[in-house]
Amino acid sequence: MAFNFTAFTYIVALIGDAFLIFFAIFHVIAFDELKTDYKNPIDQCNSLNPLVLPEYLLHIFLNLLFLFCGEWFSLCINIPLIAYHIWRYKNRPVMSGPGLYDPTTVLKTDTLSRNMREGWIKLAVYLISFFYYIYGMVYSLIST
Amino acid sequence: MSTYNPNFVPPAHAPMPLNGNNFVNGVQGSVPQQPGGPPPGQQYIPQKQPQQFQQPPPAAAFPGAGAAGNVPPPQQFKSGNTNQFLPPTSGAATPLQQLPPSTLPPHLRPPTVNGPPITNGSNGASSANSSRTASPRPIGAAPQYAQGPIAAALNNPPLASGLRPSPQPTHQSLTNLTSNLENLNLNTTRANGGTSVLPQPQTQLQYPPLTQKDGRGVASAQTGPPQFNDAKSLLAASGEAAAIVPNAMATPFSVQKPPNLAPNPAKMYGSASVGSRPTPAGQRIPYGVPPPTNPEQQSQQNNNLQNAPPPPRAGAVWPPSLPNVAAPGAQPMMPPAQQTSQTYPYSQVYQPAPQQQPPPPQPAVQPPPPGMFGTQPAGAPLQYQAQAPPQGYGQHPQQQPQSAPGGPYGTSAPLNVAQQGFSRLWGQDTIDLMQNRHILTPATLPPPKVVLHNQFHESINCSPSIMRCTLTKIPESNSLLQKSRLPLGIVIHPFRDVNSLPVIQCINIVRCRLCRTYINPFVYFVDSKMWKCNLCYRVNELPDDFQFDPATKTYGDVTRRPEVRSSTIEFIAPSEYMLRPPQPAMYLFLFDVSIIAQQSGYLEAACAVLNRHLDEMPGDARTQVGFICFDSFVHFYSMAEGLNQPHEMTLLDIEDPFLPRPDSLLVNLKECKELVRDLLKQLPKRFAHTHDPGSALGAALQVAFKLMQASGGRITVFQSCLPNKGPGALEPREDPNNRSAKDVAHLNPATDFYKRFALECSGYQIACDLFLMNQQYSDMATISGISKHSGGCVHHFPLYQKTKPHMVDSFRSCFKRYLTRKIGFEAVMRIRCTRGLQVHTFHGNFFVRSTDLLSLPNVNPDAGYGMQISYEESLTDAKTICFQAALLYTNSEGERRIRVHTVCLPVTASLPEVMHSADTEAIIGLLSKMAVDRSVASNLSDARDAFINATIDVYNAFKIAQNLPSGQSGQLIAPRSLALLPLYILGLLKHPAFRVGTSTRLDDRVYAMDCMKTLPLDQLMMYVYPELYKIDALIYHARNSNISSNQDDDEDEDEPLPELPRLQLSAEHLDSRSIFLMDCGTLIMIYVGLNVPPDVLEAVLGISSTAELGDYVYGLPNVVSNENDVLKRFILRLNYDKPYSALVQIIRDTSTAKGQFIERLTDDRSESSLSYYEFLQHIRAQVK
Repeated sequence: MAFNFTAFTYIVALIGDAFLIFFAIFHVIAFDELKTDYKNPIDQCNSLNPLVLPEYLLHIFLNLLFLFCGEWFSLCINIPLIAYHIWRYKNRPVMSGPGLYDPTTVLKTDTLSRNMREGWIKLAVYLISFFYYIYGMVYSLIST
Repeated sequence: MSTYNPNFVPPAHAPMPLNGNNFVNGVQGSVPQQPGGPPPGQQYIPQKQPQQFQQPPPAAAFPGAGAAGNVPPPQQFKSGNTNQFLPPTSGAATPLQQLPPSTLPPHLRPPTVNGPPITNGSNGASSANSSRTASPRPIGAAPQYAQGPIAAALNNPPLASGLRPSPQPTHQSLTNLTSNLENLNLNTTRANGGTSVLPQPQTQLQYPPLTQKDGRGVASAQTGPPQFNDAKSLLAASGEAAAIVPNAMATPFSVQKPPNLAPNPAKMYGSASVGSRPTPAGQRIPYGVPPPTNPEQQSQQNNNLQNAPPPPRAGAVWPPSLPNVAAPGAQPMMPPAQQTSQTYPYSQVYQPAPQQQPPPPQPAVQPPPPGMFGTQPAGAPLQYQAQAPPQGYGQHPQQQPQSAPGGPYGTSAPLNVAQQGFSRLWGQDTIDLMQNRHILTPATLPPPKVVLHNQFHESINCSPSIMRCTLTKIPESNSLLQKSRLPLGIVIHPFRDVNSLPVIQCINIVRCRLCRTYINPFVYFVDSKMWKCNLCYRVNELPDDFQFDPATKTYGDVTRRPEVRSSTIEFIAPSEYMLRPPQPAMYLFLFDVSIIAQQSGYLEAACAVLNRHLDEMPGDARTQVGFICFDSFVHFYSMAEGLNQPHEMTLLDIEDPFLPRPDSLLVNLKECKELVRDLLKQLPKRFAHTHDPGSALGAALQVAFKLMQASGGRITVFQSCLPNKGPGALEPREDPNNRSAKDVAHLNPATDFYKRFALECSGYQIACDLFLMNQQYSDMATISGISKHSGGCVHHFPLYQKTKPHMVDSFRSCFKRYLTRKIGFEAVMRIRCTRGLQVHTFHGNFFVRSTDLLSLPNVNPDAGYGMQISYEESLTDAKTICFQAALLYTNSEGERRIRVHTVCLPVTASLPEVMHSADTEAIIGLLSKMAVDRSVASNLSDARDAFINATIDVYNAFKIAQNLPSGQSGQLIAPRSLALLPLYILGLLKHPAFRVGTSTRLDDRVYAMDCMKTLPLDQLMMYVYPELYKIDALIYHARNSNISSNQDDDEDEDEPLPELPRLQLSAEHLDSRSIFLMDCGTLIMIYVGLNVPPDVLEAVLGISSTAELGDYVYGLPNVVSNENDVLKRFILRLNYDKPYSALVQIIRDTSTAKGQFIERLTDDRSESSLSYYEFLQHIRAQVK
């Protein structure tokens, strides 16, 4: 039982992951609001766009920690998501500010449903990894 | 070129007729909405006057009807109406009339016989009316007939040219005529026999019918109501295209009379058509023929007739014409096919017919007189028409009468064949595209009709020019839609200028409480107090005052309310529809005055037009205007009260622009009109000598926004170069050496500055319109963002120079229209669909504010929109579905109004029905919009592939739907509804928006794409596939009317123009002796052949030889002549539906401008693209 760097990493990852889950929930709610006409897409994009980069950065930061402490498995399960984030951001519409969502296209049914799906899938991924991080934390705490 | 091919039919196809649906289809095409009303054309009537296939009652189709009058019941044609339809021969010349019926030539007869029943089909009065309304028709028909002679001349050029109007002296003995005719008849019968027994020969035989039709068939197809879906007219049409058109093209102007040479087969053709010509007795005759008044003519015609017979026998010698004659009988769909007697006198012909003929389908339709199914070529279509009305009412009942005689598809072979033919006629006919390259015929052009179930049969659907769905029958589930591989969507032109729009003001507008649908003609009235929404199916209460009929000021039937009677209606909205008091009209103009703008000199023209039309701009007393100029700096003009002349203020700090003063930059137009005029006069001079290369568009826009923020309104931006200063500055991106490359880059905006600006504007109800008058690359893709997302419009005048008068003219007329057209402010448009459907994607210029709501800060009458529709759930329970577009706007008088369009479509579960009900033009409209999205989101070659794949998929799907054997064959079978798809797709592939391999400036391409997104469908089609006409017929028409106008001058003015057949865009139709007119929407090109006779040139263009034409000639010269007059009227008619009249360009055959014309002949092969036939082959090879 020792509090080492790995355990620290997992604890940070847990906290970070809780934030990511919130991001994902917010994302899903926001798009649902769009779908049901509650919000103006301009406002909605203005509130969503600033959150995109922090989410990505937080996720990458957690994985950097895994990298440093040699948690290869944890890293591996996250790499696809990182790749997706990078790809997604590279292909974002032309816009001057940070963010992904363009108010003029966000209401297209395709875009809308894709974003919804993305939100749900990410929520699931974060939730699963949340439990995995708990396991990892406990494991690292008791293994030594 | 069999139009539909009988061969593939059997397995899958044959059964189809059995289910009533086919008939429905047939009905759809052919049945007029009004009961018993012969003129199905009514629906089309709204727009233009005689133009399209509007009115002609069926009878018209076969002008021969006139002759018809002659034959059986004499009283019929004594009536004035009938007389109208009499062919010149019969009308003018007594001899024919006096003939005993039996002596009439067989081919004359059918129309005759058929004619009466049709007119009768409608009640007497209406028939009279219809024929009256149809009066233009005969004239329209005339030219085609005339073609016969012309064609003959054509075939015999030397002769033709040699021919003079001098009439042939020969006097025709009737007996002669008859005998000749008999010969014809004989042939026909034989053909009939053949067809009925063996389907195979049909291919050959059909051919003939086609050709034969031309004379008549064309007329029918063209002038006839679009509803003639029957294969026959189609055949006729195609036949025409194939056989006639080429001939007609070749017609030299000089031929004024049909050639008389007997041996020439061509003549025969001519004669046949002449004989059957329906031209009204009193009417003018087609151009090729001297007016009927002339007795000589009569004799000449007779002569022709006489000569005619020989060719048929010599059929082998001259196939095209021969088949014509023989063909009539060959039509597989004609019941009488089984006639056994090979030769008979006319009287005989009649007798057998009645027996074989099935009982008249419906009591409403008067039983056709005996002989209706006679061997006449025209018989079949007519017959079809006669039966059409019943179909409309209910598909099933009508099926029975037919099957009665032999049992449906019973064993009796001949009837069987005939019935199959009929059933195919009723909608589900197909075309082998490989065999029918000349597919653009009147029969394929009209949009398919929406036929609703009985309940709503009377309800008038929204005009197709306003709202059109890609499918006139909606598949009941997404999987069915996927099987058809057709796109589902609507194209809409919501703010179109309409002539008669019911406007009503009421205290409370009746809407569904759940989905907020406006009450419309397609709701169900549960009882007098309740109505059931047709979109969400909620049962709502009717307010008491809804029973009050505002028109008659009485209480009573709810169905008399205008809301329930008209599917396009406008409400004057009460105050709850306003978020704020309606805004006044606000116009702000931004002029680019950089050095490039000065060089182009647009400012002069713009200011002049503005000055002239200042008073005509829509608006009330509150109207305000303002002007801002910008180069490297922004110049404001204060027109405060008390000033003698406008004050200029220049803003130097363009990085952080601000308003120099809060007021008097936007001034009330009424109060400061003098100042405004003064300013407009000074502006062009004011910057004439500045040489500032900068253009601070971004800064100017920002201050404009600040200026307009308070009220909303319209910002009009004139830009002539790349914005290169201040915020929103851009870099040139286009590589001029790469203009014809396969991959087109930079279709996307370079920055989102302009888009964000537009979104901000749209939030404040400001729309930006852009006039790009660039000399060089100006990054339209980026700048146009200001219009795209703010509901504005974009106009592009590439390489504008004040030294090019045609550009100035076209800019002036465009700008004038822009200033004076209607405008709607602070508008929103909501599209509602029946539960189960939803809007998937919107296309056009607007901002999508929620899933079904478009924010349109301004709406203008020239903007079209498109919506893709997708399924949320299956529609199995629904019989019909509706789309409702509601446009809420503030008009220029500060009145809040709601314009509501509702369209209702039947739902079907049958794949073939879906395919047969497709609306090619709407599909093209939607596909082009989707392709633009694809090009921008992905790349151009993807979009091009998507076009081709879409075509292939559709035909694949159709093959499956028809259970055709898979694997390649020599055929490419298409439903007639989709026959034009490859033609248009090819047009799109070669359009500047999507073409590759041809040098296209990036700005032009982006503009073309923008047009694809925003043009209303009718103009888009012209833009994609211009209309090509050979205008010789007009000239002949003019000449003939000239002759007769000696008698009555007044009538001359009102005389309708002949209907010209549209030609496919191929150089094969061009002829050096003729003049052609191509209507591309905003440009009309008149192509003058090298060998046009000097007298024609003189009359039309006022020149004596083509050499006098310059390379670039614009505008039609004013010549005092009938020909010139008629041409002008024709152009006027073409312009009728356009926002502004098109620029006319005259192109000489050897001119350097010829390239512009040739470039638009999209059916032809070019260096980098396929010809139509090659394209078809490609498609065919891919269809498995």
